[in-house]
Amino acid sequence: MVGSTILKLDGLSKNFGAFQALQNISLEIFEGEFLTIVGPSGSGKTTLIRLLVGMDEPTEGEIRLRGKRIEGTPANKRPTCMVFQSLALFPHKTVGQNIEFPLKIRREPQDRRQERANELLDLLRLPRDYYHKRIAQCSGGEQQRVALARALAFDPEILFFDEPLSALDYRLRKALEKELKDLHERTGKTFVYITHSLEEAMVMSDRIAIMNAGQFEQIATADQIYAKPVSKFVAEFMGEVNLFDIDGSERSGIAASALHSRENLNLGLVDDEFGTLMVRPEFIRQIDGEGNSDFWVFGKLRAEYLLGSRLHYEFECKDGTTLTVEKLREDRLSCVAGDEVLLGWDVENTHLIRSGG
Amino acid sequence: MERADKRFGFLCSLPILVVLALGFLAPLAVVALYSTMPERVFGLAHFPTFEAFRTLVEQDYYKSLLWSLGMAFVATCALFLLCWPLAYAMAKVFRSFTLAITVLVVMSLFVSENIRLFGWSLTLMKGGLLEGHARAWFGIGFDGLLYNVPVIVFGLVYVYLPFMLFPLAQGIAMIPDDARQAATDLGASRWQVLIEIDLPLAAPGIAVGSLLSFVLAAGALAESKLLGGQAVIVIADEIETAFTYSQNWPLGSALSVVLIAIIGCLVTYGLARVNLDAIIGRNR
Repeated sequence: MVGSTILKLDGLSKNFGAFQALQNISLEIFEGEFLTIVGPSGSGKTTLIRLLVGMDEPTEGEIRLRGKRIEGTPANKRPTCMVFQSLALFPHKTVGQNIEFPLKIRREPQDRRQERANELLDLLRLPRDYYHKRIAQCSGGEQQRVALARALAFDPEILFFDEPLSALDYRLRKALEKELKDLHERTGKTFVYITHSLEEAMVMSDRIAIMNAGQFEQIATADQIYAKPVSKFVAEFMGEVNLFDIDGSERSGIAASALHSRENLNLGLVDDEFGTLMVRPEFIRQIDGEGNSDFWVFGKLRAEYLLGSRLHYEFECKDGTTLTVEKLREDRLSCVAGDEVLLGWDVENTHLIRSGG
Repeated sequence: MERADKRFGFLCSLPILVVLALGFLAPLAVVALYSTMPERVFGLAHFPTFEAFRTLVEQDYYKSLLWSLGMAFVATCALFLLCWPLAYAMAKVFRSFTLAITVLVVMSLFVSENIRLFGWSLTLMKGGLLEGHARAWFGIGFDGLLYNVPVIVFGLVYVYLPFMLFPLAQGIAMIPDDARQAATDLGASRWQVLIEIDLPLAAPGIAVGSLLSFVLAAGALAESKLLGGQAVIVIADEIETAFTYSQNWPLGSALSVVLIAIIGCLVTYGLARVNLDAIIGRNR
């Protein structure tokens, strides 16, 4: 389903005075994919999407849509459109008039417009009699669908989303995430979605681009990013994680003060190389004695939290650092707060983030 | 609780209700009654007739009414076109500069309207600021620019500018920026954004500004007297003459009643159509 390159960013930069909001960004977006750009607030993702839809011009660099440069083309001349964070529905128009807006702009005849609006109401599973409803009469979720229908009526080559679900409550957001993914499959359009919520990104996307301080840290599938992050930032951004800084010049590469490992373990770090050893909390188990796993630490249970189907534990290591452990409810650990236990995990469940010499 | 609130609201509004009843409704009722009295009487104890209204039609008083309404309409249109860009800039573009403009415009209201119009009269008259300088510097003399209909409209536009500008800026401030951006993103040109988004969403401001300007301009007197000379007689002038020089109170009352009725219908119609809440999508 994912095809050739539809949008190519090359060396894109955007400065606001002395502040570099985007620094030399390059990215290829493929036809028909669902790409999510995730980053904390202030990472430059909103600046990026404004450049992509044409509301702003880059300071430097190229944007090519199917090979044609478009970075100087204004928003109303681009074959792309965006679903706004605020949805930006027109309050003085009915649901039908909102959906028809792009067709009215193109001066399509009224009967053709209404037909298309009804098709889109069907596609988004809104009743056809909503055509005459006022925007203010629609619920949050319905307004979301109207905004989507309006964007689809435009028939864009790429549909951009600027955190449109962020204002909704948790359950509705979850339902709409799945609907959006489903809609992506049914329409076959290229979706580029911007959010600060990683959960949202993981549910919906084919690929995720993690953004930080005006640059991409990593662009890969959700699975790859979760298991093999390229930086500490990505590892921490992708949910709970335990990180240990290690130094290649020390014995077999392990030098974190609280961390113990088997004598002959080789992580492949050469002398003078530094790195960070990552282990996700779900891979850590309670062990009976030292050496029963590749790595181990002594931890004192500080707190235990119930997260629905899972349990989240916080241990304090000897050097004061925190180790988080997650278990399914049925695999509950046999210790209470204050207990000191031995926690271990194996090398195949770790990932080494190299940070150079 | 709700009942107590209503009671309290009623009590609070009582003073202004009394003032309005005595100061606004009672004189209106007196004027309405006088309009049905025989001409040139000074009491209300006569058998009602519609003589005054017949005189109004037969003696071409309706022409003054049409002049007033016509000039008010032209002035309102001119004000709208003139104020839209400035109001737009005040609401969306200028930041601290908006305050400076507001202060400047409001300051012009500190000086009495008549004095400001005399200033224009001195500027535009033959031998005045403009014509005098043109003659002295370039040797071109002309008749002065006073005493015609356009100069009266100019005076109306000049005097009632704040009454259009501020409501308009308020209306434009109500247009959400993202609605304009979304319309552009969906392919609309600047012109289409103006027609489809700006004008309908600023409609409450446009309606309030236009009604205020129109109502004030239709009842205006000083502009036509000071700048227009005897070029045309406006309705307010006729009403004043009827009450003072001609001592024909029933005729003056009849003229007033017609003017009030026309403007009252217009305002009611205008405000009913542009319901502020409906426009911004509340209620309903």
